[in-house]
Amino acid sequence: MKVNQISVFLENKSGRLADVTRVLADHRINIRALSIADTIDYGLLRLIVNDPEQAAKVLTDQGFTVAQTEVLAIEIPDRPGGLAGIIDILASQGLNIEYMYAFVGRSGEHAIVIFRIEPVDKAIKALKEGGARILTGSELYAL
Amino acid sequence: MIWNKEAECQPREEREKLQSERLRETVRRCYEHVPAYRKKLDEAGIRPSDIRSIADLKYLPFTTAEDLRDNYPFGMFACPLSEVVRVHSSSGTTGKPKVVGYTRNDVETWAEVMARTLACGGAGPHDIIQNAYGYGMFTGGLGIHYGAERMGATVVPISGGNTKRQVMILEDFGSTMLACTPSYALVIADTAAEMGVDLHKLPLKYGVFGAEPWTDEMRREIEARLGIRATDIYGLSEVIGPGVASACEAQNGLHIFDDHFVPEVIDPNTLEVLPPGTQGELVFTSLTKEAFPILRYRTRDITRLSYEPCACGRTHPRMQRVAGRTDDMLIIRGVNVFPSQIESALMGIEGTEPHYVIVVDRSQGRLDELEVWVEVSPELISGEVRRLELFERKVTAELTSVLGLSLKVRLVEPKTIARSEGKARRIIDRRELGS
Repeated sequence: MKVNQISVFLENKSGRLADVTRVLADHRINIRALSIADTIDYGLLRLIVNDPEQAAKVLTDQGFTVAQTEVLAIEIPDRPGGLAGIIDILASQGLNIEYMYAFVGRSGEHAIVIFRIEPVDKAIKALKEGGARILTGSELYAL
Repeated sequence: MIWNKEAECQPREEREKLQSERLRETVRRCYEHVPAYRKKLDEAGIRPSDIRSIADLKYLPFTTAEDLRDNYPFGMFACPLSEVVRVHSSSGTTGKPKVVGYTRNDVETWAEVMARTLACGGAGPHDIIQNAYGYGMFTGGLGIHYGAERMGATVVPISGGNTKRQVMILEDFGSTMLACTPSYALVIADTAAEMGVDLHKLPLKYGVFGAEPWTDEMRREIEARLGIRATDIYGLSEVIGPGVASACEAQNGLHIFDDHFVPEVIDPNTLEVLPPGTQGELVFTSLTKEAFPILRYRTRDITRLSYEPCACGRTHPRMQRVAGRTDDMLIIRGVNVFPSQIESALMGIEGTEPHYVIVVDRSQGRLDELEVWVEVSPELISGEVRRLELFERKVTAELTSVLGLSLKVRLVEPKTIARSEGKARRIIDRRELGS
């Protein structure tokens, strides 16, 4: 149910993002989704890749500080109100969305949004009961 | 104008005779009334009677900041507290502060040397002196204050801060001299510009600036922007406060009032006295102080001395603008900061690595800015920024409270701060204060 996200701490220095993408490219790792949370001095790069274990290893080897975090990849009906429906389910259960961002690919007729929600197991239960579909890691990485 | 021509222009031979008399009395006083000095002299095998003239100064043992802290608070006083009319203390926040005391005569001496200082800066009895040095335990505010009153000038005891009010008072009262730190003078200039006040059109003519390191370039900038003559003044609370030395109209070094405080320059490693003109660590011995006499106090300030005659006519030797420190102390906005304080504070916070860089800059807004780069530990990294922000806030609050100084913390990637063998290069001082 859960998907592994790679988080990388980056100082706001020119070329730092390029260093990350170059390392991943050299190891033939495909970036499927990303978001950056930034402050004045640093940013956190969040990545969904096709092989998170390998990505974490090669980035760590290159001196980056990497953490793996469990997130949910949720199918969203690709029509007005699609996202609202999902968020309503979470809100009605008092679940807190730490952050979210869109996935590049599609799952059939659906868009995919990556969610970081606490507590995650309660979120999975609520989403399932609400009729939402959550992608597994192997499903997502294969898209 | 020269405040006390007889003393300040006294021929050198007469001065040395006076110094010799006063040194004998000071050594006797220290030996008889301060156990810490008696112990030091006994250990060095020196009896007060061995010190006959100023040439014998070199036989006396040194005094350091540690000696003062070891005898905190009043252990170095050479008279009972009933004779002490005032105490002050250093701005330093490493452990215990250095406490100094003054008898009524000491306050008189201080007023005298401060009147000389203000006269060196151009002031006279008809001036209005706006004193923007902080009043309180810091010696700056009251030092200027008593000197100005001694001179018969009009003191405006506004103290530091509230810059808009400083500009308003400069304008409304027609202050003719400003006393503050050099960086604050530029803040006042910026604020005046923002308020649309042209300082060049005001009666302000002179400024005396000290308590933090600055450069000749900065002096010229202050002169141009405030439309004044700016004078570098020097002092330290361990010796008396401001009033130890002052530049004069010749702008070629600072005259040390050596009828009260005799300077030496030593090699900080061998502790040998260096000849005039050679750069080394400045050492002071007080000659007239009663409550807090001091023998060969190591200031850690690096400078050199000149005994050449000065164009102004004063016969006091001159020290060059302080070129640096022999320890790693930084003076930021008048506050003494030791890297070790930052290190020990960081060690106490979970999630930090003991690797840091201190960056001091003066580019923005003119006031010294302190930035501390801290490596984050990998455990703090997750997808969330909030954890890092909370951590950053915690480190900032901790360091601000330890140092007593506002600062900015910047989180940097783990293992990016250079680990060098031996003493790490932990300080980047961008203020360009080198000699």
